Amino acid sequence: MPLDRVWVFAEVLDGQPITPALELLTRARSLGGTVEAVCLSPEAESAAAALGDHGATTVYAGTDPAYADLLLGGPGADALAALAAEHSPDLILFPTTYTSRDVAGRLAAKLDVPVISNGLDVSVDGGISVESSIFGASQNVSTRFEGRGPALALIRPKSFAAEPSGGGAPRIVPVEVPIADQHRSARVVERVIDKATGPKLEEAPIVISGGRGLGDPKNFALLEEFASLVGGAVGASRAVVDAGWVPYAMQVGQTGKTVKPTVYIACGISGAMQHTVGMKGAKNIVAINKDADAPIFKLADLGIVGDALKVVGQVIEELKARQG
Amino acid sequence: MNVVVCVKQVPDPNSVGQLDPSTHNLRRDGVEVVLDPGDEFGIEAGLQLAEAHGGTVTVVTMAPEKGLDAIRKALAMGAAKGVLVSDPSLAGADALTTAKVLAAAIRREGFDLVITATESTDGYTGVVPQALAEYLGVPAVTFAKAIESDGSSLTVRRQTEAGYDNVEAVLPAVVSVTAGVNEPRYPSLRGIMAAKSKPVDRLSVADLGLDGLVPGQAIVSVQPAEQRKAGEVVEDDGTGAHRVVEFLAAKKVI
Ligand SMILES: Cc1cc2nc3c(=O)[nH]c(=O)nc-3n(C[C@H](O)[C@H](O)[C@H](O)COP(=O)(O)OP(=O)(O)OC[C@H]3O[C@@H](n4cnc5c(N)ncnc54)[C@H](O)[C@@H]3O)c2cc1C
Repeated sequence: MPLDRVWVFAEVLDGQPITPALELLTRARSLGGTVEAVCLSPEAESAAAALGDHGATTVYAGTDPAYADLLLGGPGADALAALAAEHSPDLILFPTTYTSRDVAGRLAAKLDVPVISNGLDVSVDGGISVESSIFGASQNVSTRFEGRGPALALIRPKSFAAEPSGGGAPRIVPVEVPIADQHRSARVVERVIDKATGPKLEEAPIVISGGRGLGDPKNFALLEEFASLVGGAVGASRAVVDAGWVPYAMQVGQTGKTVKPTVYIACGISGAMQHTVGMKGAKNIVAINKDADAPIFKLADLGIVGDALKVVGQVIEELKARQG
Repeated sequence: MNVVVCVKQVPDPNSVGQLDPSTHNLRRDGVEVVLDPGDEFGIEAGLQLAEAHGGTVTVVTMAPEKGLDAIRKALAMGAAKGVLVSDPSLAGADALTTAKVLAAAIRREGFDLVITATESTDGYTGVVPQALAEYLGVPAVTFAKAIESDGSSLTVRRQTEAGYDNVEAVLPAVVSVTAGVNEPRYPSLRGIMAAKSKPVDRLSVADLGLDGLVPGQAIVSVQPAEQRKAGEVVEDDGTGAHRVVEFLAAKKVI
């Protein structure tokens, strides 16, 4: 079933669309039909160029300054509902981010159409379906939209690579939907960025993650040192994030980030399915765990049964020796 | 501050889930069900706010009869009242239906604040809090890592991909809380005894004045996913680190 019109909801960070939105535009190009983006931010117009580069022929741009200080869920759903009534998209794709989840959830209720979450892909043969995986990615599930549209789908970041389309500058259509007073009772008064050095977790070619097996929060310094020697980034299991050892921004897994580095190194991580869904797409996996029966070894290309602190310490020594 | 906390009974997260091959609903037979561990944080947050500012905590769940256990646990922790919406027509309800039903039950109770987890441990669609807020016509302050209140407004530290936002919200509102927002209390023996005499309303879909709840989605296939194969697993005899470095070199990342 060819689609007439596919939309991607694109959040903006520091004047640019977030990468997961560009990934969805890339995928949307191969679904047939017109690809357009909806962008609600005072910086929407400056973000439009990158959206056009990735295949959006039109960007519906809402530039009300209030979008910067409000939670986007309420006003975002209102704007999308009004735009959808006017332009009838068949499908609206949202990246699985906190804010896009807020917008998609409210929009579903507003339009009384379902939203399918945790998608890894969409398909359009015989109706619009979302592919996802469940039970620790042991099973693939295909869920089809029935009834009237638009179909709403939340797709996990890193499900596709973002690739420019070579398309020109998009047409910019201003969004004039007013922001209802009801949405002004919650305001963002401060945005705090957890400082991180080195490459971003989602982009690093090597991700070195630590879990409860590291024994103590201060042992993460060892992983930082390892990462800085190889240009990698440090990740973590939820157990150590919940314990307050490291910030949430480092969490890999079902309720954290999805990473697909060239090499993922799990240190003192058991390999619970909620963790492995976030890293099993890595090209290569190395695991260091003192328990030979740890489930992480079932998906490791190289498994070292041993003490993670000792092994990582020796790896650092050897890397330093190599680098002279 | 009257707080409503939404809770869910889920298959023990330590067990591996299964779908019923014919209905594609989550199988609940033969699996131990527990109060979703993620909901304990919401109950605790509600109790702390009600203790500080007066008011009560009501827990609402949409579940088969078994859901009563989840309510009892919340009552034992200190909630004042439970509401169980149970109806055969709700088996396999999707996120939107769940939000619709919860919203109707919550509206009946009245509220200053509704607290939920960010997603359930079993279904994890992660959109019920937002849909609920839309139905209730209030803001959803989602992914709270910390909540403070003066009784009529909230200051919430909201998780973001890059760090966190500080959000101020005037009540009424819906707040979804992350695991780790607080340290949930254990029910005391006295609490467990007291829970037995606390009121629990039981409602059907018709009691809520809802009908025609038709899910707009259907699972069309379930297939085993391709699994990664295990590679070489070696005991660290002192050369483990060297093996790791060689592996990185072979993959050309160093
Ligand atoms: C709804 C839900 C969502 C979740 N989302 C996530 C998520 O996004 N990400 C995530 O990671 N988890 C998630 N979890 C939690 C997950 O189920 C596990 O509890 C968690 O991943 C375990 O973390 P861990 O491996 O660090 O700890 P553990 O499971 O405790 O494992 C520690 C490991 O360290 C090993 N070890 C101990 N000492 C040493 C040593 N000296 N050297 C080497 N190895 C050692 C042990 O053998 C053990 O295997 C989620 C759970 C639920 C219910």
